[in-house]
Amino acid sequence: MAHLNKTRFAHRHLLDIARLNAAEITLLLDVADGYADKSRARDKKLSLLHGRTQINLFFENSTRTLTSFELAGKRLGADVINMSVGSSSVKKGETLIDTAMTLNAMHPDVLVIRHSDSGAPHLLSQKVDCAVINAGDGSHEHPTQALLDAQTIRNRKGRLQGLIVAICGDILHSRVARSNIALLNIMGARVRVVGPTTLIPSNAKMLGVEVYHSMHEGLKDADIVMMLRLQTERMQGAFVPSVREYFHFFGLDQKKLAVAKPDALIMHPGPMNRGVEIDSEIADDLNISAISEQVEMGVAVRMACLDLLTRGDAE
Amino acid sequence: MTSPVHALLNARLLDPATKTDTVGGLLIKDGQILDWGTHIKADAIPDGASSEDCRGHCLSPGLVDAHAYLCEPGKGHRETMATAGLAAAAGGVTTINAFPATEPVIDDPSLVDYVSRRARATCSVNVCITGALSKGLNGTEMAELGLLAEAGVVAFSDGQKAIGDINLMRRVLAYSTMFDLPIIVHAEEPNLAGSGVMTGGRTATFMGLKSIPSCAEAIMVERDIRLTAMTGARWHAAHLSTADALNSIRRAKSEQIQVTAGTAPHYHALNDMEVGEYRTFARVSPPLREESDRMAVVEALKDGTIDVISSQHLPQSADSKRLPFAQAKPGVVGLETLLPVSLRLYHNQELGLLDLLHTMTVAPAKLLGLNAGRLEKGNAADLCLFDLEKPWKVDGTLLKSKSKNTAFDGHLLQGRVLKTFVRGTPVFEV
Repeated sequence: MAHLNKTRFAHRHLLDIARLNAAEITLLLDVADGYADKSRARDKKLSLLHGRTQINLFFENSTRTLTSFELAGKRLGADVINMSVGSSSVKKGETLIDTAMTLNAMHPDVLVIRHSDSGAPHLLSQKVDCAVINAGDGSHEHPTQALLDAQTIRNRKGRLQGLIVAICGDILHSRVARSNIALLNIMGARVRVVGPTTLIPSNAKMLGVEVYHSMHEGLKDADIVMMLRLQTERMQGAFVPSVREYFHFFGLDQKKLAVAKPDALIMHPGPMNRGVEIDSEIADDLNISAISEQVEMGVAVRMACLDLLTRGDAE
Repeated sequence: MTSPVHALLNARLLDPATKTDTVGGLLIKDGQILDWGTHIKADAIPDGASSEDCRGHCLSPGLVDAHAYLCEPGKGHRETMATAGLAAAAGGVTTINAFPATEPVIDDPSLVDYVSRRARATCSVNVCITGALSKGLNGTEMAELGLLAEAGVVAFSDGQKAIGDINLMRRVLAYSTMFDLPIIVHAEEPNLAGSGVMTGGRTATFMGLKSIPSCAEAIMVERDIRLTAMTGARWHAAHLSTADALNSIRRAKSEQIQVTAGTAPHYHALNDMEVGEYRTFARVSPPLREESDRMAVVEALKDGTIDVISSQHLPQSADSKRLPFAQAKPGVVGLETLLPVSLRLYHNQELGLLDLLHTMTVAPAKLLGLNAGRLEKGNAADLCLFDLEKPWKVDGTLLKSKSKNTAFDGHLLQGRVLKTFVRGTPVFEV
């Protein structure tokens, strides 16, 4: 366990899962394990990042992820500043780069950024001196979400390799899906995507997944069923004709779940749309079973990311 | 006590599916075809069987009309399923594909259920149903294709309306692939067509009528061919009428893109001169075309570019037609004249009899996934007995459909339906 504190992380930033390898992902998860234990103790505060500055720069609304990153930083002893677009001068027309340069001049140690454009964190990482963590960019990736999902799966199933994971819903617009697909493939799982033809990229197979348009077929013998949220904009007859049709064919209910493995783990990145992608009964069960765990792992995984990305700075 | 067998003897048996054209007979039992062929003769029928002499007339599978508007619910003053059934039976049509332009529109499973039950109760011929492609046929929101498919529709269509929104069309085509049903399209670019009422050309110019450029058809066909290739959907052009569009279909088929094409009798038999003195019974959509396009339609039927002939049966009340040309509603009835008018192609030696019948039996049945349009042991005895040569004059007032808006009023036709059977029961006899 002690060696975990010494191992260096090979990347300056955490921008996407796609460029990581299995060893790096395993390192992140192992370090996160340690923080999960610590977070359950009465005295949660560590001093690893004492004196360091973390700025959370969120251009998109988020309560869960923002709070999770804030807590992670604070539990490590860092000074954490939250910046949401509404209160920043970006609204006044300041460009993304200018904002970053301004913040950079204040010498933060870590910048956590969420933006509605794919690639924004990558652009930023070239302009600042500190480590950058991608908290979600457009439809591209959400690395820490995939890591906490992997952590949850590892806790329950003991491994990732060889598991059949069915990711269901709006794959086309989902950064969570892309990060999860990348991570699970790197770790040797078998990934399937399930959804209507209008919500799955036409060349999805290139992502390294089996494509299904039927829940009955896609969920067969699945170990993990990962449900994605269907956003309201997609519902108004554009990508799917109606909520009731979507729920009928793709919403998770007991009947569809019956073909998965009996001990299948159901996951949802939250927040859930009851009666749309998931029926109320299962949502209630989920609240008890997996979602709470995912949230718990979220803080631990983010602590691990903050830790590993700042290790080099001490020297 | 076994049920009786009825024999149809001395008939010219025509089965496009097996390319059979031979003299023989057919046995009906329990509403099904028990047996058929040259071996069914007067001295070889089962004991106790009743029989009738077909006197050498043609006996073919009952026709499958892939495109008709039955106006029920909501437009019962124009037509009902009952009257449409009478018209169909008089035309040798034993299966009608009902289109969703009713009031309310068939865009909900409950409507599919209603129409099915009502058809079973009141219509003397079989009815299958095409569901809406967009909600309320509004061309802006996808209809619940999945639920409609589960309710039993055989295809999706917005009827006489084209979807101008290319993104919606793309998504609808992509979405439809999950249910493996064809999308039947009115191929006319709506912005280009605008409020035009005649095809662009000499006639429209002389008559001072707003015209629709004939390329509006090809433009839509080309657009949809590419979207179909991209999405892997099944696309069918309901009624093509121009050489340009037919060339596009030819090319697409040679590239193995899943497109098929149909036309209607008025597009292979008439041209825009038919409008004559602003005859509103010649107002149809797409409009009647110039002679060169009409000839291209005939050529396309000959070389198989067009797969299906359907009636496009669109009843319009007398009030809707008794108006200046531009204000009259487009549409002609066609269930009763589908076969007789199309027989012109045979009599003019453009098409062989089996090839012609193929377009109204095997091809539409295949398009819609129906077990119909063929003479086969065990299949329902849906049959059409017709006199190939009998000349007659179309009198609109004597049509069985409630509305009498026929483009062929006063026309001399050669070929007449004598008797029609649905599930072995005669539903029409001349």
